[in-house]
Amino acid sequence: MIAQRLFGGDRRIAITVLILLAAAVLVPLLNLAVSPASAFYVPSYIVALVGKYLCYALLALALDLVWGYCGILSLGHGAFFALGGYAMGMYLMRQIGSRGVYGNPILPDFMVFLNYKELPWFWYGFDHFWFAALMVLAVPGLLAFVFGWFAFRSRVTGVYLSIITQAMTYALLLAFFRNDMGFGGNNGLTDFKDILGFNVQADATRSALFAASAMTLALAVLLTSAIVRSKYGKLLMAVRDAESRTRFLGWRAENVKLFAFTVSAIMAGIAGALYVPQVGIINPGEFEPSNSIEVVIWAAVGGRGTILGPIVGALLVNAGKSWFTGVLPEFWLFALGGLFVAVTLLLPKGIVGMWDSWRGKARALRAASLAAEAGSDPQEPQPKIVRSAARTPGSWSASGPEPQPAE
Amino acid sequence: MRGNFSTITKMFSAGVLAAGLLTAPAKAADDTIKVGILHSLSGTMAISETTLKDVMLMLIEEQNAKGGLLGKKLEAVVVDPASNWPLFAEKARELISKDKVAAVFGCWTSVSRKSVLPVFSELDNILFYPVQYEGEESERNVFYTGAAPNQQAIPAVDYLMSEDGGSVKRWVLEGTDYVYPRTTNKILEAYLKAKGVPAEDIMVNYTPFGFSDWQTEVSAIKKFGSAGKKTAVVSTVNGDANVPFYKELGNQGIKAEDIPVMAFSVGEEELAGLDTGPLVGHLAAWNYFESIDTPENKKFIDDWHKFIKNDKRTTNDPMEAHYIGFNMWVKAVEKAGTTDPDKVIDAMVGVSVPNLTGGYSTMMPNHHITKPVLIGEIQADGQFETVSQTPGLVMGDEWSDYLPDSKDLISDWRAPLACGNFNVATGKCGGKGTN
Amino acid sequence: MILIRAIGLTLLLVMASLLPSSAAEADLRAVIAKFATAANFSATEAVVRELAATSDPAVEPPLSALADGNLYIRKADSQVFVGKDAGDGIDLLDPLSGEKAASAAKTDLTKIKVNNGLRRVIRDALGTLTLRATDPAVRIAAAATMFKTPDAANIEPLDAAIAAETDASVKALFEQARAASLLVSDRPEADKLSAIALIAARGDRDAVSLLTSVEANSQGAVKDAASSAIATINSTLALWDAGQNIWYGISLGSVLLLAAIGLAITFGVMGVINMAHGEMVMLGAYTTFVVQQVIRTSFPGLFDWSLVIALPLAFLVTAFVGLAIERGVIRFLYGRPLETLLATWGVSLILQQAVRTIFGPTNQEVGNPSWMSGSFDIGQLAITWNRLWILVFALLVFGVLLYVMKRTPWGLRMRAVTANRRMAASMGIRTPWVDALTFALGSGIAGIAGVALSQIDNVSPNLGRGYIIDSFMVVVFGGVGNLWGTLVGAFSLGIVNKFLEPYAGAVLGKIVVLVLIILFIQKRPRGLFALKGRAVEA
Repeated sequence: MIAQRLFGGDRRIAITVLILLAAAVLVPLLNLAVSPASAFYVPSYIVALVGKYLCYALLALALDLVWGYCGILSLGHGAFFALGGYAMGMYLMRQIGSRGVYGNPILPDFMVFLNYKELPWFWYGFDHFWFAALMVLAVPGLLAFVFGWFAFRSRVTGVYLSIITQAMTYALLLAFFRNDMGFGGNNGLTDFKDILGFNVQADATRSALFAASAMTLALAVLLTSAIVRSKYGKLLMAVRDAESRTRFLGWRAENVKLFAFTVSAIMAGIAGALYVPQVGIINPGEFEPSNSIEVVIWAAVGGRGTILGPIVGALLVNAGKSWFTGVLPEFWLFALGGLFVAVTLLLPKGIVGMWDSWRGKARALRAASLAAEAGSDPQEPQPKIVRSAARTPGSWSASGPEPQPAE
Repeated sequence: MRGNFSTITKMFSAGVLAAGLLTAPAKAADDTIKVGILHSLSGTMAISETTLKDVMLMLIEEQNAKGGLLGKKLEAVVVDPASNWPLFAEKARELISKDKVAAVFGCWTSVSRKSVLPVFSELDNILFYPVQYEGEESERNVFYTGAAPNQQAIPAVDYLMSEDGGSVKRWVLEGTDYVYPRTTNKILEAYLKAKGVPAEDIMVNYTPFGFSDWQTEVSAIKKFGSAGKKTAVVSTVNGDANVPFYKELGNQGIKAEDIPVMAFSVGEEELAGLDTGPLVGHLAAWNYFESIDTPENKKFIDDWHKFIKNDKRTTNDPMEAHYIGFNMWVKAVEKAGTTDPDKVIDAMVGVSVPNLTGGYSTMMPNHHITKPVLIGEIQADGQFETVSQTPGLVMGDEWSDYLPDSKDLISDWRAPLACGNFNVATGKCGGKGTN
Repeated sequence: MILIRAIGLTLLLVMASLLPSSAAEADLRAVIAKFATAANFSATEAVVRELAATSDPAVEPPLSALADGNLYIRKADSQVFVGKDAGDGIDLLDPLSGEKAASAAKTDLTKIKVNNGLRRVIRDALGTLTLRATDPAVRIAAAATMFKTPDAANIEPLDAAIAAETDASVKALFEQARAASLLVSDRPEADKLSAIALIAARGDRDAVSLLTSVEANSQGAVKDAASSAIATINSTLALWDAGQNIWYGISLGSVLLLAAIGLAITFGVMGVINMAHGEMVMLGAYTTFVVQQVIRTSFPGLFDWSLVIALPLAFLVTAFVGLAIERGVIRFLYGRPLETLLATWGVSLILQQAVRTIFGPTNQEVGNPSWMSGSFDIGQLAITWNRLWILVFALLVFGVLLYVMKRTPWGLRMRAVTANRRMAASMGIRTPWVDALTFALGSGIAGIAGVALSQIDNVSPNLGRGYIIDSFMVVVFGGVGNLWGTLVGAFSLGIVNKFLEPYAGAVLGKIVVLVLIILFIQKRPRGLFALKGRAVEA
């Protein structure tokens, strides 16, 4: 049974990675090489849009690594995303050079009209791509490491951890809103021109960014599945399901969590860095606590504790959002809100989790009927629904659920 | 469980449907001209922007009743960017690429405008931006129908310095911490210093968005105002934060006769959420007030009440800006004989249409318009009463003369110059240059 | 002008009894009639000064009406009237006698425009005119005006008023106003020095303001006395400022407490991560708005009672909505607390949009009843009534809630169910109903918090979003599941925030508070007042 599931999971991951790689090749091809009149043509704005969704999917996957597999509900993952985005944004700002409206070769426009005389020290180095790329990894990673080091060591868990991660992103939001911080305040960083010497606005660049996003996501899928299938991954789930027990068995639960948290933050940072050149703006709004909550919702809709789930969730919810805001501008919040309520009530394990349990049940039924035909009594006629993958992490109410969900 | 499966299928088919609709090419409707409306209908900015969406729908409906434009009907395409700045860029792209709109009316905050700018210049379309803003920008594809700082801030300060305004000697510049107040206050500080106000008589303070506990700030204003010199507050406090700010002013007993507050972001709409009794006499500077007594304005207000089916709804300055902008666009399209953005952009400069304050507004080569500047005092009924008016129309000045880096810049989008940041000192297009 | 006023006053004092009143009245009417021909603010101001120069108390009603924007000119015959709003039209009152002369539609009248400068002139003029008013409050206001606008010409009328004054407190104010006027006159230095001493005794900002200008405009001993007086006052004011900060902190704390206390039940006691909590607060505020709307249109006399009427209604409305949410959504999610986060987030989006659809996206006007407007002073502390009432109200709600939870059978059941659901069920408690009612109670309390918050904040669909994060911080900081923790948490966060604000600014102050919360949770991972026992670790 377990082997079967693993095999199934493996195949699913392979398919996901293949689809992503195919998209990375096909979409740019259909956008650039096919004439706009053709039925197969993918318009540029779809490329940009789906590219954006892929970044969101990467972010959701990062969150799922800590939430779905380790039981840490972070309500501050948007902060890591935004920090990665800012690092990339700073690089893009430096690339503008003297093409800004004031033509200042060193200072970005917002610094010119706020009377900065020279570049603040933390902007040094961002004119090099390698440095910016390093910062995309280092800044979110370091923040997550320091934050996690303190929080996990102090055994801050459950809802307390969720709320202080929210406090973290809220504090960063307020800090980046301040114009005195030197990050452009509310307007953030915008009006980008070049990335690595290519025009950000050009269709080819956009397609390249799309391909990069798809391939990064594919890599992240492979990485995540490698992590969760390793021995360390088992430990991760052990901490999720019974932290104290794991600790009593001699494992350092805080180190297990810290590793996952840091890796996840770096993934979120990369997502942010890919997101910024595609949308053309990064501003403190990305730190908004409600954004981080939305990421949690994507993961939940798709199915947490699965690798495919958060990706499906992020793509579906965002496509829905894009569609609703255009078709039902006045009422789309009803639809979105209703979707969240419906998913939690009707699909507690998310779309992918539900699909799995339906498949599991169907297979069990088939096995049972086969066994009945063969005349032997099946050992497990009603295999328990696979819950471990989607068990509620961090439930602190000792008593079991009394009114059962309407399953 | 079967029930659940059918839910899944439904979910998936909804998703597929969504994706399908997203990718489906827009139906080519040749008999209509599409106009995009890009205002937030949800989120924090819905409070201000929804009204602008409604006024656009009204203007389009009226134009259609008059027979449309170029013999075609106008069709409004409304989207909701949900006060989310990257979503503004996405929706702008959708309006232009998918819906093929001829022009877009939208945005409120500076950041939303900054977010969509690259989209408009890339896809070469037109944006009409109806809100007072910080200036320091002039784009070929954007027409700024709101006030630039010299059409609002500077005349307001001049009024306060005059005898009528109380000969103010000491200034509090109170603002929300974002780019519009920052820039406006930079300009005002430079302007006040040029007028001989010493630095210790200027206090600058910033608060975050949506700030609601003003006790400390208001008592600091009170303290600053007790130095024996006539003090005034110049407020660039934004949107939501204004109501608690004014409530606190009223409760702490700061009267307009003692310390008047001159606001640049408080209009009739904001006052509608307030008991204005204790605020009588506080000031605002705009280019339009609902209380202006002209036949055009009366008709506009009547039409608005009829359209929105509520005669308590107020009108305000950004609504007038859309009124002017829309009429200018209509006129420019008629002049150019086409809705092709390139031709319309060229036809726009010099177009002159009546505004609601009894005069004409003209589109200048820098894509800003001429407007009168009005100073109004808040009345007990939530309206403003004009107490001062500039003698003529003021032309929007995109590059402030009071900032060292922009004083040499001008903008002129007419051929052959066609430049948004021409430096008159170096004679080159492209900002200050490297020197 | 001052001279004319002084002469006019003396003349009038001498002749008031000699002249027949009808002649004076006719003169006044002639002056008032000039309003009709005044083309601009300075012309109107000249008329006001002429009226003030008569020093006849009879000019008080038209001048007050002018300051309030209630003086009208009838278009037909250019006559000047005091207007009084009478529903569909305006009642026209005779400017001097105050008797109703006629009524007219608004379009037949021209309002005489006033601006701040004019209002100030009128206020100064009324100050001198109302020194002998029978109402002590009016005399106090007059003294305050004259203190703020010192003028050598004021000394004589003030001397006369002081001699006639019987009320000791008003007399003291008159003396201060006289001292202020004396400082700008050319009286001898010794008089000025004692005047400075008298003013310094006030010890408030107005005194500093006055003395600063005296300091700037004088030399020698007077200047020195003024500077030392300023220094003394400022040092005492610094102490008062600290007190003021504590008060601001307490007041902010009471707002946080109100916002968080409902959450302390739905989240703290029941474990539902209730993201729709802010929307319950918003619904309470909108209920207040609806109540006030009804009162405004149908029962204007009841306006001062609007909040009292709104309280139970807001409680019922939000409790009902809470009940519906619990029965419809949350009851399926017990034991899965993090999923309640998702579902209630969805609910909050729906509620927000519903309110936006029904009431429109713009701010709605919720007025302050008279007993919640304005402020009073304790020493140099300015305390606004609305903040004080909100503090009292927050503590009251807290007290009642504590009583319900700890002393009533219902509270006992509630605690039993949250402590051990199965055990409680075995004892015969109908746990589903206890759950539903607890959630309704928490929501209802959020609703009445909305009634209070409508007095100090925007009433818009976004109202709730502004409070939700702060509320969670308060509950978590205080310790989930402990009402006292919420109380202490709210007030300590409020006071720390307000103490940081003057030094760090509003934004940095808030950031520092958030960082402190994060650090504090490291030290005490279960908040200030941690629950002990097995139920905690699961």
